[in-house]
Parts: sequence; structure tokens; C-alpha cells
Amino acid sequence: MREYDVIIIGGGSAGLSAAIEIYKEGFTNILLIERDIELGGILLQCIHNGFGLKVFKEELTGPEYAEKFVDELMDLGIEYKLDSVVTKINSDNSIEYVNTKDGFANVKAKALVLTMGCYERNAGAISIPGTRPAGVLTAGQAQKYLNIDGYLVGKKVFILGSGDIGLIMARRMTLEGAEVLGVAEILPYSGGLNRNIVQCLKDFDIPLYLNHTVTDIIGDVNLEKIILSKVENFKPIPGTEVEFEVDTLLLSIGLIPENEISENAGIILDRKTKGPIVDESYQTTKAGVFACGNALHVHDLVDFVTEESRRAGRSVGRYLKNELKSSNDNIQLLPSDGISYIVPQNINLNNIENKLELFMRVTAEYKNVTLVVYSEETEIKRIKKRHMAPAEMEKVILTKDDLSKVNKTLSIKVVA
Amino acid sequence: MKKELICIVCPMGCHLEVDIDNDYAVTGNQCKRGEVYGKKELTNPTRTITSTVRIKGGIYNRIPVKTDKEISKKSIFEVMKLLEGVELIAPVKVGDVVLENILDTDVNIVTTRSMK
Repeated sequence: MREYDVIIIGGGSAGLSAAIEIYKEGFTNILLIERDIELGGILLQCIHNGFGLKVFKEELTGPEYAEKFVDELMDLGIEYKLDSVVTKINSDNSIEYVNTKDGFANVKAKALVLTMGCYERNAGAISIPGTRPAGVLTAGQAQKYLNIDGYLVGKKVFILGSGDIGLIMARRMTLEGAEVLGVAEILPYSGGLNRNIVQCLKDFDIPLYLNHTVTDIIGDVNLEKIILSKVENFKPIPGTEVEFEVDTLLLSIGLIPENEISENAGIILDRKTKGPIVDESYQTTKAGVFACGNALHVHDLVDFVTEESRRAGRSVGRYLKNELKSSNDNIQLLPSDGISYIVPQNINLNNIENKLELFMRVTAEYKNVTLVVYSEETEIKRIKKRHMAPAEMEKVILTKDDLSKVNKTLSIKVVA
Repeated sequence: MKKELICIVCPMGCHLEVDIDNDYAVTGNQCKRGEVYGKKELTNPTRTITSTVRIKGGIYNRIPVKTDKEISKKSIFEVMKLLEGVELIAPVKVGDVVLENILDTDVNIVTTRSMK
């Protein structure tokens, strides 16, 4: 069985960044496995701009951002396999994959990095009402059809859910001549970035219906119309139904980290993030297996994915150099009032070099509040926030000095 | 008069306040680009346009392109019309100029990926 230092599963933004970083740590015997016919991942279909402002200090489109990393990976001569699907992670951290050239193959590594990205919640996930006509698909599917293959999936479109891909597709389909009649969001606030509400909806006068959802889908073979209703506490209000004649309903109702192979390998997932539980070094509950990018938790910016994957890559290097200490009583991170999750989920103070970066999301929209970091009775840090929303990931940096005050747990809450 | 805007320069989405009577003074921005955006958005709004054009002989039939500078928001659909007639032949490199000086604006259409 061929043996590598590291195998990275998934050749999107996370896998590319992690692989390059691990190579730079001095480990060149690595393999990157990608299921698509080229490297780059979902960035390749995200042809809009707004990527790279943090990492490259310039505004790039998705394909441009991906190509920079693919070029670097190829220049370094890092080994990769395309059109190859990993089917299993074994207990000894060997993996099984299949492709049309190698057939079924088994390879081993001292460390694995999970960078499979995420998938879109689909119609089944929200038990969507009505019939099952053609014309109901996820925003990302429509994006691939349009931007990669060149097919516009419909002419009269409604979008359910205000996630970023839905907003981006509202603009994209409008530009290609479709009429986008509206975007419905069941919550009182949008699930997408503010800039996308402005440049994708307001620029084209596309209405955003907050506190609304689709309560019926009508159509025999093809979608004919949808019914939109106002909601209160997630329940449709009778009498508020409005009918829209459409041939397409796009769903932009959330992303879920892709972790089927992780779960099958016994890796424990966080119920909130749906990604693996990791420590300060991005190591999962299975020794030698690391996770980063959207497979770990869904990010709003690819730049953050790159930064996280570089940190994870450095940790993999430390692991291979036997510099990471293991412990049975890591400090547990506890999301408290107003915080839905924190990544990493636990930390071993011995492994923190100079600072610790924590990433979290809030449960609702907040204005002029304070984030309070505390350990049991001891307050460690207060950070004033002008505006926070669930769609925008928050970051808290703790110094070694801050961490010296931590006892057994570390909590974060939102205070008015 | 003050106008509230959400900055679209980067995904941070800063909440700006622009004082129109005070020479479009911008507050709430976290970087210099927000200041420029706030003023421009209320005087001459511009956007980068991204789309795709046909390509022959590549691994796909479409290739993504963009305007290499921002262009007036008003000409978005005119630019889309221009792209309809374009067909490239693979291989192309990222940044190759597809259309030069569109609508006499000094803006070019360039590819945003390489394709073999």
C-alpha cells in the first residue's frame, strides 16, 4: 500500500490551501484527492467577484482566486488525483478511493485532512409542500448549469431563502434575461451578506419578502406557480397567500458540511455546525485526522477558509514533527447567550503558540452590544460590537495572557 | 441630509452614513475604500460586471469573464448584450482581453480563468 505523510480529501479552496501549507512545512510526500475533473472546487462556478480582498488585497472572481492556488500547487509539484472519490476512512487512517484509472485503491497516510466542503440543503430538508414538478432546484445547481454549462434553467424565477448563493443567482439570472419575481425569507432578517442584498436585489428592484415562505408548489409536469404566505413564529398566516406564476423555484436555504465519510469513520460531529468537533489545532476526535474549511463549519468568505486551512496545515506539520501535545482534559468552549456555536470546540493550552482565534455565529441580529468572554466566574474580555448578524461570522482573538485566566471552560455571550 | 448605505466594496458590508450636505462626508467605514464608495454610490454608482461567453475546444462550452474596471451601473445590460456575440477558441489564459474599450469607457472584458 502506497504510504504518504498526508492525504487531503477535497481539492477546493480548503484542500488547496492546506496542501500548499503542509508542503511548506517540509512535508512533500502528500496526496490531494478531488472528485471533480479539475481542481478548484465550488469557486469555479462562483464567477462573481468579491473574493481575495483579505488574502490577496485585491478583488477577484471565484475562478481567478482558485487558479492562483491551483497554479501554486502545480508549481510545487504536489501530487493530486482528479475524478476520484474517497469512499472510506479506515481505523488506521488509511483510505479507500475509486476512479476510472486506478479502480478501487487503498492508500495510507500519517495524517488526513478533511476538506470536502459542504452541500446545499434541498427540498427534502424542509419538507417542501405541494407537487413535485420539474423546475424546483437548489441555487447552486442552477449556478452550475448557467456558469459552467451555459444553460439558463428558467425565465420566470422565484427564490426561497435569502442565502448568498440565492442572492447571487437572482442577479445572475436577471442579467441573462430571466425575470426574478422575488426572494422569500422565513426569518425577519436575511441569511446573506448585506452587500449582496444591495448589489443583487436592490440594484435590480427585486423584492425581498422577509417573514415569508412558500406554502404551495403547483404544477403537473413543470412548475406553474407557487404560493407565498406571510409567517408568524414560523407558521403561515391564513389569508396572506399571494400567487406567483413561475417556471423556476430556486432554493437557497442553507449549507451543511459534507461529512458522510467522517461520520462513518466514527469522527464526532458538532450538532450545531454539522462539522467535526476540533481542538485548537483543528484535529478531530480521531487522532491524526484534521478538518478545515466548509467541511468544518460553513464560512461566509473564502478568504477565511484559506486562512483557516493555512492554520490547519501548520498544525498538521506540527503533528508530523511530534510537536502537538495530547491531553484528556482540554478546555471546553461553551457558546452561551446569543451565540450558536464556537470553533474550535475545545483547546489544549499547551499547543497554543501565541494567540488563539475563535470563530462563532450569533443566534439573531444585534445592534450595539458587547461580546463577553468568560471562564466560569472570571471575565476575560469584552468586545463592543456595532452590528452582528447570523450571516456574518464573528472572530475573537485571545492572547496567551487572556488564556492564563482560563479555568476549565471558556464561554462567550452577547450582553446588551 | 444624511443617507444610510451598506458598503459593497468587500463582504464586510460596513454600515455607512453619508452626509450629502457636508460634501458627502462618510462615517461608519472601516477602510479608505468605504469612503470612496459612499461618495461615488450617491453621485455616480459603478459596478464590476461578471458573466460568461462561448468558448470552442475547451473542457467546457462557457468561460467566465469580467469587466477589468468598474463600469456605470446604467450600462450593465448594454454590456451583457455585447457579450452575446463573443466566441473564444481554447486555449485561453486568465486575464486575456476578450473585448477592448467597451462602450468607449476604457473598460475591457477579460477572461477570469485559463482553459485548455
